[in-house]
Amino acid sequence: MEVFVEHVSKSYGFQKAVDNVSFQVNPGEIVGFLGPNGAGKTTTMKIITCFMPPQEGDVKIGGLSVLEKPEEVKKHIGYLPETNPLYKEMPVIDYLRFVARLQGVPAGRIHGRIVEMVQVCGLVAEKYKKIGELSKGYQQRVGLAQALIHDPEVLILDEPTAGLDPNQIVEIRELIRKIGREKTVILCSHILAEVEATCDRILIINKGHIVADGTAASLRKQAQNKEIVRVIIEEGNRDEIIRGLQGIETVELVDPLPDHTHAFEVQSRPGAGSRKAIFRLCVDKGWYLTEMTPVERKLEEIFRDLTVAN
Amino acid sequence: MNKIWIITKRELRSFFDSLMAYILIVLFLGFSGFFTWLFGSDVFLVNQASLQSFFGISFWTLFFFIPAITMGLLAEERKSGTLELLVTKPVSDWQIITGKFLAAFLLICIALALTLPYYITVASIGKIDHGAVWMGYLGLLFMSAAYISIGLFASSITTNQIVAFLIALFIGIFFHLLFGLLASGSGGWFSGLFGYLSLSTHYESMARGVIDSKDVLYFLSIVFTGLICTELALSRRAN
Repeated sequence: MEVFVEHVSKSYGFQKAVDNVSFQVNPGEIVGFLGPNGAGKTTTMKIITCFMPPQEGDVKIGGLSVLEKPEEVKKHIGYLPETNPLYKEMPVIDYLRFVARLQGVPAGRIHGRIVEMVQVCGLVAEKYKKIGELSKGYQQRVGLAQALIHDPEVLILDEPTAGLDPNQIVEIRELIRKIGREKTVILCSHILAEVEATCDRILIINKGHIVADGTAASLRKQAQNKEIVRVIIEEGNRDEIIRGLQGIETVELVDPLPDHTHAFEVQSRPGAGSRKAIFRLCVDKGWYLTEMTPVERKLEEIFRDLTVAN
Repeated sequence: MNKIWIITKRELRSFFDSLMAYILIVLFLGFSGFFTWLFGSDVFLVNQASLQSFFGISFWTLFFFIPAITMGLLAEERKSGTLELLVTKPVSDWQIITGKFLAAFLLICIALALTLPYYITVASIGKIDHGAVWMGYLGLLFMSAAYISIGLFASSITTNQIVAFLIALFIGIFFHLLFGLLASGSGGWFSGLFGYLSLSTHYESMARGVIDSKDVLYFLSIVFTGLICTELALSRRAN
């Protein structure tokens, strides 16, 4: 089931939380939704999950509008809210049964679904305990289990791995990827590595606007129009090397690196490459070129550029 | 309908799991039993086989106990964030509100059902007006429904249970006492208006065994006004 967000706006008082946001997510796709705190991520999620209606625009899930048919839309969504609210006084299994009934899982299938979810989310030993007695990581699993209990077509997860230990994180990511093969998944996170590891596509939102939309690779390409290479040149005088590198026509900046006396970061002018010229320079001067690696910009830097600069 | 019942069942269970239900039932039975059988103008002092004293005391005990039952119904869900969870499930706000209303109402029904031995006992020691007793119970149920609806509204506008409790009492005291006092303190047109608004007027006529469609209409309109205000408060989604 595809999710269409169409020109959605929402303000709280005078403050515009989400401003004319549009995007689309297709089945079999896991989309990472990134943004600094207060950028409008959670508000967008709350609108998609029918917690509150948009002031302008509409969201359509499988062709159903959240404004016209919220009850229908909600049947197809599994939602793990950011704060992972749970009825703390209920035992895990009773809670899952309650959610399954509310979601309209047929009575005959409820037991099977609960058993499966308890297994998948690793709650077998905890299923009779009260939710309030569980550690944060286990509560997070309960939150995930309730989101998945009715086998939803659309899964919306706000910070799904918060509070989990590294092994659990790997398991949960694995699970999300498995689900994402057939279902539509939107994953909100602050952890960029997680988004990069799990998601097919990344959306970055800032101050209520979508500022980037694409795969991690395409975002890198878009953000990086300058070639940067790390080189180590030995057997030469340091200052002479710097002067030599700066002498190359296409080179914009040479930065000595702190980790090695003869390591430099060479940034080229926009649209130009200098790797051949560097090699030739070394050959001409008789220096040994022991390393030359293109420097990939980290997703963190791209994120910072997009969300801080403007 | 099914969804409403799912919510009602969960709510009822949480009343009993949190001991809230037991404490309230014990207190209610204790108070009403004490004043019906042992103290003040009890059955033996009046020397009549009637439950008038029970209905008189229940009128006050329920007034205080109902806000204690309803205070957490929405305020707590709002505070802990579980409201977001509930609202994003395929249920409408009306189903949530009705489910919670019914849970509180059923708890009162259970408490009142446990006072039926009083009725049986009194009936066995003298000639009792059965019609009056059933009317009295019906009056208590109508009154409870009205206060539950007010309490639910109070619970929907705050995240603090104590605040919800106090707001419910504050709104309740007007219907319970103040309108009646205003009616007797003023004359003519005002007196009629306040007299009609006063819940005790309608309750007392029922407790005496008289049922009038005007009284039923009065209680039902409080219930629906309360529930509609709750729905409005809930649909704002303000935190």
